[in-house]
Amino acid sequence: MSLYPLTAHALLDAFKSGKASAKEAYEDVLGRIKAVEPKVKAYVRQAKTSPDFSGGLPIPIALKDNLCTKQEEITCASRILKGFISPYDGGVIERVKKSGGVIVGFANQDEFAFGSSCETSCYGPTFNPWDLQCVPGGSSGGSAAAVAADEAVWALGSDTGGSIRQPASFCGIVGMKPTYGRVSRYGLIAFASSLDQIGPLTKDVRDCALLMNIIAGYDERDSTSVNEPVPDYTKALVNDVRGLKIGIPKEAFAEGLDPEVRASLEAALALLKKLGAAVKEVTLPHTPYAVATYYIVATAEASSNLARFDGVRYGLRAQPVKARKNALVDMYEETRSRGFGPEAKRRIMLGTYALSSGYYDAYYLRGQKVRTLIKNDLDEVFKDCDAIITPTSPTVAFKIGEKTSDPLSMYLSDIYTIPANLAGIPAISIPGGFSKSGLPIGLQLMGKAFDEEMLLRISYTYEQNTEWHTRKPKL
Amino acid sequence: MSQFEPVIGLEVHLQLNTKTKIFCSCANQYGCAPNTNVCPVCLGLPGSLPVLNRQALLYAIKVGLALNAEINSFIKFDRKNYYYPDLPKGYQISQFDFPVAKDGFLKIKSGNQEKRIGIKRAHLEEDAGKSMHDNTGSCSLVDFNRTGTPLIEIVTEPDLRSPQEAYDYLNILKLTLQYLGVSDCDMEKGSLRCDANISIRPVGQAALGTKTELKNMNSFRAVKAALEYEIRRHEQVILAGGKIVQETMLWDDTQAQTQTMRSKEEAHDYRYFPDPDLVPFTVDYKTIDSVRAELPELPQAKLVRFLSQYELSEYDANILVADSGMADFFEAAVKEYPQAKKVANWLAGPVSMELKNRKIPIHGLKLTPKALVELIAKVEDGVVSNLVGKEVLGLMLDQGKGAEEIIQAKGMAQVSDDSALFAIIDEVIAQNAAVVDQIKSGKPNAAGFLVGQAMKKSGGRANPKKLNELITRKIAGV
Repeated sequence: MSLYPLTAHALLDAFKSGKASAKEAYEDVLGRIKAVEPKVKAYVRQAKTSPDFSGGLPIPIALKDNLCTKQEEITCASRILKGFISPYDGGVIERVKKSGGVIVGFANQDEFAFGSSCETSCYGPTFNPWDLQCVPGGSSGGSAAAVAADEAVWALGSDTGGSIRQPASFCGIVGMKPTYGRVSRYGLIAFASSLDQIGPLTKDVRDCALLMNIIAGYDERDSTSVNEPVPDYTKALVNDVRGLKIGIPKEAFAEGLDPEVRASLEAALALLKKLGAAVKEVTLPHTPYAVATYYIVATAEASSNLARFDGVRYGLRAQPVKARKNALVDMYEETRSRGFGPEAKRRIMLGTYALSSGYYDAYYLRGQKVRTLIKNDLDEVFKDCDAIITPTSPTVAFKIGEKTSDPLSMYLSDIYTIPANLAGIPAISIPGGFSKSGLPIGLQLMGKAFDEEMLLRISYTYEQNTEWHTRKPKL
Repeated sequence: MSQFEPVIGLEVHLQLNTKTKIFCSCANQYGCAPNTNVCPVCLGLPGSLPVLNRQALLYAIKVGLALNAEINSFIKFDRKNYYYPDLPKGYQISQFDFPVAKDGFLKIKSGNQEKRIGIKRAHLEEDAGKSMHDNTGSCSLVDFNRTGTPLIEIVTEPDLRSPQEAYDYLNILKLTLQYLGVSDCDMEKGSLRCDANISIRPVGQAALGTKTELKNMNSFRAVKAALEYEIRRHEQVILAGGKIVQETMLWDDTQAQTQTMRSKEEAHDYRYFPDPDLVPFTVDYKTIDSVRAELPELPQAKLVRFLSQYELSEYDANILVADSGMADFFEAAVKEYPQAKKVANWLAGPVSMELKNRKIPIHGLKLTPKALVELIAKVEDGVVSNLVGKEVLGLMLDQGKGAEEIIQAKGMAQVSDDSALFAIIDEVIAQNAAVVDQIKSGKPNAAGFLVGQAMKKSGGRANPKKLNELITRKIAGV
């Protein structure tokens, strides 16, 4: 029996019934990796610590390369962290290990999570299992590709502006960004502290609920972690949306929305209506400002978060061959010039500028105020709606190299996902169809803070009434 | 009389003596082997996050209240971004626009006048590590043990008008902070650091002159000396027709002069922004009130009370108040033995000497207030002389025993019995005929010499008053 294509819940049933063992499942996944990894390149390194199959949920998991795991090299796909061996486990990693999770390896990503295509990694890109000429999305591209290619049963990624949802959408899988504060950030190498969350990438909605059960929960080592009790998310998996109110923002039908993606969205609306949900048109008037707001606030925080990569304590330290200014400044400049890729440098410069004297008020401060307006828009809509639906991305996966020379157009692909991070609300991307070219289309649902259950319920219902999630790429 | 008036402001950084660091649970301890008292948080490892130490906040509120400041109940932290090897995150977590306390004051006595020095703000921040530069110039070393130590930065308004005032302010501030028990306030250990801002202006002018910032002063004396030097330097520059450059000057104690920081430092743009890892919150009034209720009587109030309640001299009162442990000891002793002046004398005199020699604070002595007054009573009652009393004190401190026990054990009780003294007196008179003659011929004070001789012969145990009386009578009678 082929174990690698199975979901976690199916494997757990198999383990329980004795049809398969955790060790067999792990070895089957390794075999799959051997077969397809040369084409997909989802992983950057295998886990060093040998697996232990004795735990309660011994599911092979891929971890994004920005999740500190004890005794493992963690690099955020950047040269500047090559050789950094984390001396500690992050809060989520502790939970995964406690649950008995079997860590397969560390998945590729855009460097420091800066990107929407997994092309800025210092290890080179990951390839979309559905079409190896295309990007898997980003920044958690490796995590998404690994799950889509069955090189992991499930995976963890991080989402700052869509970095779980967009690659999930491009790779035809489920990806969730939890409410800000729902999952501990202790051990997540920070991009934008007020926006980052760790979340699951899974083959179906049930697996998403299971993995959320493992990772969600208060961590006193994270001051932004919320001490809110964690429900059993699997109890939300009810095939019933009758009476629910789902909002569709008119701003979702913006210019740049691919007609096929639009068609999938409209079909989904029709299906949900048929299943008994009320669909109503709503408005989020400040949507046009979301991307600009994000790229000011997120890059500002990132510029500060990345200041610690200076060559002094860990990772790369470089010195120029010929002295320039003084030894210290030379070391800083050489280390950071050589260690960071172009997108990282771009964002650090943008963020530094937005915070600098004379510009702080016009950029960062104003950005934070517009952020409040964006959040207010969503709060207003949620007074009357249980969830909001949009496409996850305006397009399906684009070709490798297609947007790398136009950073702005790359940034605009985050238009639907960014608002949830700015407002701190949960959001999920689920498979919503395929383009004529066979590329996955993703649908996004956003919910009220700490109402992941609503999202899981609607997603589960939609999933159980469609068959997108059963398809696999031909590798 | 100078035509210029100095305008001085001081910034004091104080290390708080909380059990653990400000944002992590590493021990807040001085003197560990380098880089052993660290963790992912204070090392700024990737993925680490800060969590505020509640005690540090309560201490900051305590300091603010003691400085008569307004407490900002809205607590917010900001990142101060700059690069230096001893700053692991590349930013320091500090407070920019919402310091814990603002608009306070500290009263100082300058000469005979009382003056209010405005405290602009007091805020919480984390300390950086320590850099050491190798003498050969081949490398620098960084010790991160100190990173994350909680600091309070106290900034005055530019209200100080002389180096002496600055010196006085620092001493009163240090004493006040010691009373609060929030810090060791030890400049040598680095738990108290001071920077100064100094400008001068023509007397009578309201506008401020260009200021320079002074750093690297390692004692209050150095602060005073550095300010004196810098004021003279400013005067010389201006009188020569030049302009003061706004810059940072380092005090060189060995050369006794200030020097420009060699590296051409561009003004830092710290790019302050609210730290997104620390959620702002409001401290409730109940908490602030409970901190206020726990404030001890502060030194200036205690001094005023001591002067009136115990009718002490200013000299004695100042010595007692200069150490809150000493002041408390004094009051406990006076409760047992209501002779304030006598108790004050013993504390200011022999006890202070013992503290100095033994290099420990008063609470480290094996001496209770009750034990001290027992000793004082013995001296007042003539059981032992004052001189012997001091010796007994030393023995009490060595052995932790009471005065009575020690006096008995060593047979130190003063000999006052007349008959016991006759033999000694006879000897002394016989051996000092010339002095006896002096006394007879009208110099009664020369008897003091004979008393001294007799004391020696008695091993210090004779009652000198008695000796004097008997010697005088004997000589008169002979």
